[in-house]
This record gives sequence, structure tokens and C-alpha cells, in this order.
Amino acid sequence: MIETLQMPSILSESFETDTKLETKNVNAFFGKTQALRNVSLRIQKNHVVAIIGPSGCGKSTFLRCLNRMHEVAGGSMNGTILLDGEDIHENDPVNLRRRVGMVFQKPNPFPTMSIFDNVAAGIRLNGMARKNHIAETVERSLQQAALWNEVKDSLSKSGMSISGGQQQRLCIARALAVNPEVLLMDEPASALDPISTAKIEELIYELKKDYTIVIVTHNMQQAARVSDETAFFYLGEIIEFDNTKKIFTAPSIKQTEDYVTGRFG
Amino acid sequence: MNKMKLSITGDKVFKNTTMLFAFFVFALVFLMAYEMVRGSELSLRHFGWKFLTTTTWDPVADEYGALPFIFGTLASSLLALVIALPLSIGVAIFLSELAPRWLERPVSFLVELLAAIPSIVYGLWGIFVLVPWLRNSVEPGLIKSFGYLPLFKGVPYGFGMLAAGIILAIMIIPIISSISRDVLQAIPKTQREAALALGATKWESTKIVLADGKSGLLGATLLGLGRAVGETMAVTMVIGNRSEISASLLDPGHSMASVIANEFAEATTDMYTSSLIEIALILFAVTIILNVIARLIVWSMTKKFKTT
Repeated sequence: MIETLQMPSILSESFETDTKLETKNVNAFFGKTQALRNVSLRIQKNHVVAIIGPSGCGKSTFLRCLNRMHEVAGGSMNGTILLDGEDIHENDPVNLRRRVGMVFQKPNPFPTMSIFDNVAAGIRLNGMARKNHIAETVERSLQQAALWNEVKDSLSKSGMSISGGQQQRLCIARALAVNPEVLLMDEPASALDPISTAKIEELIYELKKDYTIVIVTHNMQQAARVSDETAFFYLGEIIEFDNTKKIFTAPSIKQTEDYVTGRFG
Repeated sequence: MNKMKLSITGDKVFKNTTMLFAFFVFALVFLMAYEMVRGSELSLRHFGWKFLTTTTWDPVADEYGALPFIFGTLASSLLALVIALPLSIGVAIFLSELAPRWLERPVSFLVELLAAIPSIVYGLWGIFVLVPWLRNSVEPGLIKSFGYLPLFKGVPYGFGMLAAGIILAIMIIPIISSISRDVLQAIPKTQREAALALGATKWESTKIVLADGKSGLLGATLLGLGRAVGETMAVTMVIGNRSEISASLLDPGHSMASVIANEFAEATTDMYTSSLIEIALILFAVTIILNVIARLIVWSMTKKFKTT
């Protein structure tokens, strides 16, 4: 009797954890071109969700809609996006982006600032600056981004003086310093060498204890390695969204199978 | 084979002729400097360094010192910079950070158009509009409220340092704002996105962009200063043309360019002509130095962002 009540492991897990982000029928537009069509997705708290799909399928647009960064590039959307059950359009985008941080494809530290100031930039913006508080937060963030040991003696050096991989971890530390709940990563390792990529992937695994992560990636092995769930996008539509293992071993839709086995894309 | 050879000689001729044209520009600059040194030899020998530090300008006694003009040029240019800089940076920020695209193009075009207006037109506008307005409305008010400050003491002539500064400010706004806009637009979009994604407001992200572009903005400012220092016609028409050093903005003054324009035709003695040419030499050196520094700064900044 008890056995029959037991759910398959995937399902039981998704019932235990709660929903962090939910999108309902999201359509996004840049001018007259529609970049997303009816995207509905549910992202669990402390999970890593990978977004895969060929170029131009809307994965970056989707990611940007989640913290309204699409507006910066002149995009618009309709539909609903809920963060902890609240509509993200009911609040100021500035406040939203403090809760939903972002790491970009190319490392973009502020070139005129030191390593320390780069990490502190977000805290200073938020005006919650107290001196010792800043130093603590900077150290914690750099440690979380696995960069502390490499830069602790050169915090006053320029943010541009370190390697590309280190710069990207610096950007991750900068995003973490404002204490977000969700971290969006737009192909965070695509501009990096294999060793730096491996470091970022390890980092994602560590970070999911404290954060909910959505990562866009071109690299399917990467999606398979780091994520719990994977969404396959094609031409602005979500084709399949499921447990990562299932997407890569036994997808239910032919198109997904063709893509993950490398038959197109 | 033959044809190949021909085209190679053709290219050689082409390359060498264009190179000749390029060197011609260098030669021109050197020849100008040489001519000015030669022309001012008499005054250089006679007055030496004292020329730069004395204030007498007496054609009757044939005694010449350039300090009032150096002062006039510096004072009017700095005044122009104080007025023009905040306005120009504001225009540049609006155009590069805030304006929608349909507005950016026409406004940029208009701003650049201001630079194409001949300076004599600015001068006429200065004489017929600006100077009467200063004389009747602005200066009496300034004297009344701030007359206790040396800066605003005097008689409301209208013509004077203030008028020159304002005219110059209007003339350098297009240069400073269009170069500043180019500097800000050279800063990658990813910098703004990085700031906004941290929860920065538009103002805060603009501050970060301004910090990135600091050196380029300095270069733009120096180019504007270079233009103000060399500007002749409009300044001559409104500065009042009196070779005196005064602390008051309301008093008439003289600038290096305006004294040459005003007095060259009536310079009767050799020493008089030679002294005016020496002023031209000083002006030439100052503008060249300012422009070279400014160009180097702007160039190194835009290059820095192109490689990253």
C-alpha cells in the first residue's frame, strides 16, 4: 500500500521544492519580430535550469525577460512572469534586478574600478553601504565565486588586470554581492577556455545551494553537466521542458532528440 | 607579365604622389612656424622673455608686452569652458544615453550644424543682440547684486570679457558635445547592461559610463579649449579691445587673436609688426600643444575600448 503511494523520484522532488519563477504564455517582441511565443515554464527553487536551442531561438530573450533586461534593448512582452508568486511587472525593474541578478556572455568588469570596487559596485548602488559591511560582503562574494584565493592580495588592482576566466568569476561575484535570489547566466562560459569553463561549471553546482539559476548555453554537454531541468527552445517556442537526464537520454519529442543528438542546430 | 609590371609602377606612382601630399601638410606647418619665427626675430631679440610678462602695449614709444592679451585669451576661454562644459556634457549624455533614436539623429545634426556657422555671424549676433542685452538687463543686475565682488565690479558696457566668454561658449558647445557624444557611444553597451543588471538606475548607470569615459571627455574639453583660444572674429567684435588686465568680467579686454586682427593693418613700425607676429607665434604654439594633447587622449581612450 505504501509502495503504491510513492511517486517517481522526479515528481516527488518537484513537489517537495516550491516554485521560484513561473512564466505564463509569454510573448516577446523586438519591433515587429516576435522572439518568443507562448512560453510557459516553471522553475523550482534551488534548481539549475538550462535553456538550450539553436541560435536565434529566443533563449537569450527569454532569459532577459526574467529580469526585464529585454526592455533595455528595446523589447516588449506580454503574458505573466511570477517571482515568488508576484508579477514582476508590478514592481520597479530596479528592484527586480536586485533580486534577479545576471551574468553576461562576455566578462564585463568596470574597467576604471579595482577588483574590490567592482564587487562593491552593486552594494554601493543599493545605498546599503557601511564600510565594514562592504568589506565583508566583498570577501564573501569573492569566496562564493571561488576567486578569493586568487585575488585576495591584489584587490586594489584593476578589474581588467586578471585573466578572462577570472574576470567572469569577478562578474559572478559582483552579481552575488547584492544578494540576489535568482542568477541568470547568458552563455557565461562561451568566451572562456576549457579550464575556466570547468571552474564556472563547478561554481554553478556550488551556487545552487543558495540560489536559483537559469543558464542559457550553446554547449549541450554543459547543459547536461550542470542542470537539473532543461528547456529546449526552437523558433521562439518551448518544444520540451523536462528533467535534464530525460531530455538528453529519452526526450519525448522527435525535434528535441534530433537537436540533442546533433542532427540539426 | 608586362601588364603586371605596369600596374605595379602605377601603384608606386600613386603611392608616392599621395605620400607627397601628406608630407606637404607637415611641410606647411613647419614653414609657418619658420616664417613666424623669422618675422618676429626683431621683437624676440629685443624683448626676450620679458615680452610674455610685461603689460605695456605702447606703439608710440615702440614698447610691447603681450601679457594683457595672453590673459585675455586665457580668461575668455576659461570663462567659455565654465559655461559650455556642463551644457555640452548634458547634451552628450542626452544624445548617447537617453534620447530615442528618432530624436538623436536630428538633434546631433543640429548641434553639429552650429559648428558650421561662420564666426562673423556669431560676432554680428553678439554686437546686435547679446551685447545690448548684457548692457541693459544682465550687467546692471549683476552689479547690483554681486557688485561687492571684484568679478562683477564696473560699468555695464556690454562689450567685455563676459560677452566674449558667452559667444565663445556658444561656439565651442558643438565641438565638446559632439566629441563627448562619440566618446560615450564608444563605451560598449555591455557596460551599461552590467550596471543596470545590478539594479542601477539610469542615472547610476550613466555615472559609471561617465567614469569609463573620463579621459575621453577631458580630451573633448581640451579640443573645445583649443578652439576657444584660437577663435578670432567673434571675440574681436565683442571683447571691447582694450589692452588692460582687469579682474572684472564686465570690463573690456583683448585677446591674442583679436589684437592681431585689429592692429596688424595699422602696424607702422618694424618692431610693432614683429611683436604682433610674436603673439601669433605664441598663439600657434599654444593651440598646437592643446590640440595634440587632446587628440592623444581621445585617441587612446577610444582605442582602449576597441580592443576589449
